[in-house]
Amino acid sequence: MAEIEAYRREAGKLDMQAEPMILNIGPSHPATHATLRLIAELDGETILKLTPEFGYLHRCFEKESENATWTQVIPYTDRLNYVSSLMNNVGYVMAVEKLCGIEVTERCEYIRVLICELSRIIDHMVCIGTNMVDIGALTNFWYFWKPREEVYMHLIEPLTGIRLTTAYTRIGGLMWDLPDGWVEKCRDICRNVIVPAIADVNALLTKNRIFIERTMGVGAITPKEAIARGFTGPCLRAAGVPLDLRKDELYLGYDRFDFDVPIGEEGDTCDRYMVRMEEMRQSLRIIEQALDQLPEGPINVDDPRFILPRKADVYENIEALMNHFKHVMDGVQVPVGEVYSATEAANGELGYYIVSKGAGGPYKIKVRPPSLPLFQGMPHLCEGGMIADLIAVLGSVNIIAGELDR
Amino acid sequence: MTREKDGAPGFLTTRFEALLAWGRKYSIWPFTFATACCGIEVMGAFGTHYDIARFGAEVIRFSPRQADMLLVAGTVNYKMAPVLQRIYDQMLEPKWVVAMGACASSGGFYNNYSVVQGIDKFMPVDIYIPGCPPIPEQIIDAIVLIQKMIETGEPRARDRWPIKI
Amino acid sequence: MTEELKNIVLQKLTGRFGADIVATHSDFGDDTALVRRERIVEICTYLRDDPDLLFDFAMDLTGVDYLGEEPRFEVVYHLYSIEKKHRVRIKARVPEEDPVIDSVIPVWVGMDWFEREAYDMYGIIFRDHPNLKRILMYEEFEGHPLRKDYPKARRQPTVGPQE
Repeated sequence: MAEIEAYRREAGKLDMQAEPMILNIGPSHPATHATLRLIAELDGETILKLTPEFGYLHRCFEKESENATWTQVIPYTDRLNYVSSLMNNVGYVMAVEKLCGIEVTERCEYIRVLICELSRIIDHMVCIGTNMVDIGALTNFWYFWKPREEVYMHLIEPLTGIRLTTAYTRIGGLMWDLPDGWVEKCRDICRNVIVPAIADVNALLTKNRIFIERTMGVGAITPKEAIARGFTGPCLRAAGVPLDLRKDELYLGYDRFDFDVPIGEEGDTCDRYMVRMEEMRQSLRIIEQALDQLPEGPINVDDPRFILPRKADVYENIEALMNHFKHVMDGVQVPVGEVYSATEAANGELGYYIVSKGAGGPYKIKVRPPSLPLFQGMPHLCEGGMIADLIAVLGSVNIIAGELDR
Repeated sequence: MTREKDGAPGFLTTRFEALLAWGRKYSIWPFTFATACCGIEVMGAFGTHYDIARFGAEVIRFSPRQADMLLVAGTVNYKMAPVLQRIYDQMLEPKWVVAMGACASSGGFYNNYSVVQGIDKFMPVDIYIPGCPPIPEQIIDAIVLIQKMIETGEPRARDRWPIKI
Repeated sequence: MTEELKNIVLQKLTGRFGADIVATHSDFGDDTALVRRERIVEICTYLRDDPDLLFDFAMDLTGVDYLGEEPRFEVVYHLYSIEKKHRVRIKARVPEEDPVIDSVIPVWVGMDWFEREAYDMYGIIFRDHPNLKRILMYEEFEGHPLRKDYPKARRQPTVGPQE
């Protein structure tokens, strides 16, 4: 940063003896994953000042949720981070369950862990794939897209009914139980499709001279700066800070599984890539253990205040019919209060702050997006570097516009 | 290329136009304006499983000056609409617009102060793809429908825009 | 955690600041303190620097609109400590006719955009903020959309492509 101040002071030493050029890396640009805007002041190829701007995908999640019931908010949540929608669903219902004071069943916890870890793997695959496309290595994108398609077609679609925007969890449990043969198919895909794909991309990239030159030392950040700016997730762990909510704030029974948390050293783009690759391998470990330990039992809490009654009962007796009617028309009755609940999403800490006034719908829901501090820290990561480095850093930081703009 | 006495195109003109149509329909170059979740399904359609290259539409051009088809995938809000309008204006004739997904067709389930209730509020749309998000096979269906439109010479939405009621 | 170490955060806060802490509670496991808005920067600096508390991580800042209550708006800060692994929520009320509160950017530099968003959505003005402009909505937008009296589906005049 000191060089930039020096540049500005000795204005006559600029490369072209002229004013710095302002380049608009606009909202419709292939490398910005659409809807992000960066305004760069350049001196030649060096970035002097970077101003990020967003809001091009603001879809008013908070205002919509104020006019919906508690269960109707769930489809809005899975459009937040749309590459790993199941994690947003899990985070939201965990926050509401914390407010209601209910404990879910053990089988529900295991299934939630399974879907979270699968979503983490596919999120990291999109991040690394698109980052490499921006740098110029298109093959990795195709190598990672095949496991994603397999997970979508054979795991998520039989489970939830749709590939991308799932709305699978419910307050107090899940929509329905795992279909037959899902466990074997999951094991099969993890071993025979995901592991070779990670190995292929690893062989292509990790010792690749061009990749190392493009990413090592690019967009580095110190641990102290990362904490001050609010970074969380793989970008913070790449900088050397061992913060992982799965270990620090035990939720969903993560202490039952044996896994490691990879920590980087420099905080540059290469470290972010390495941390994500290693996290995918650790997620595979968790999935194997969860599949082995999966217990039998109910998936929903046995409490008619939160769970819809069985459809056969609704058709036969009047109390179940009234219960069903109240659930659908008024929504789940949640006590008055406010709560903040955070989970470790693929990108960092995804927090939900919920204020309830006892009605059938929320009074306010605020989502703490993991991408917002990351995008805010872009000037710090990129100023002083070159335009090509900006593209490499933007891809590695994994900004998902859906959760950034909400 | 002569015309008959009653103004109808002659034999050679129709053969030439058929040749042009054949060339155009098998080389539609899309400009994917992917903003949100539908963008991920667009990437899936261009992937290896739902290969769209079989239909000739694999050459994605990220510059509007070089593209034929504008594929708007995702929610467009009031902040983004001027950007989309400008991109549409920069594209050269002939061009086709596909509104992919519920948000681009009609605002989706977002009826609020920030989301444009369908891009046909400010630009002519030829094909609407329903779904939230639509599966990649529906994108392939849209490409095939555009190919049929080119082949039969059907008037595009732009030719009857703006719709006056 | 033993009994006396529980709620160490709230105990130290009330011990140090006394009357400036208007109310505290620990419902649902979250420690919460409602403070007077004039002392917000000092309270936040104390929370960050005190060796028993060490809240070096500011997670979230948001506003809440309690329409019908006086004062109307509430600014809510969520803090986390990496070393001590505890959380706290700090709230400060601001009235409608004077929705001004000091910016906490001197304490945690990452709060910059969260404050801009609270301004954009609620109209809460942060004194001494270096760049308090709209962040989510476009500049010509009128009003503050997340207020309770702003209708959800109001359409505003659109802007054409910028020159």
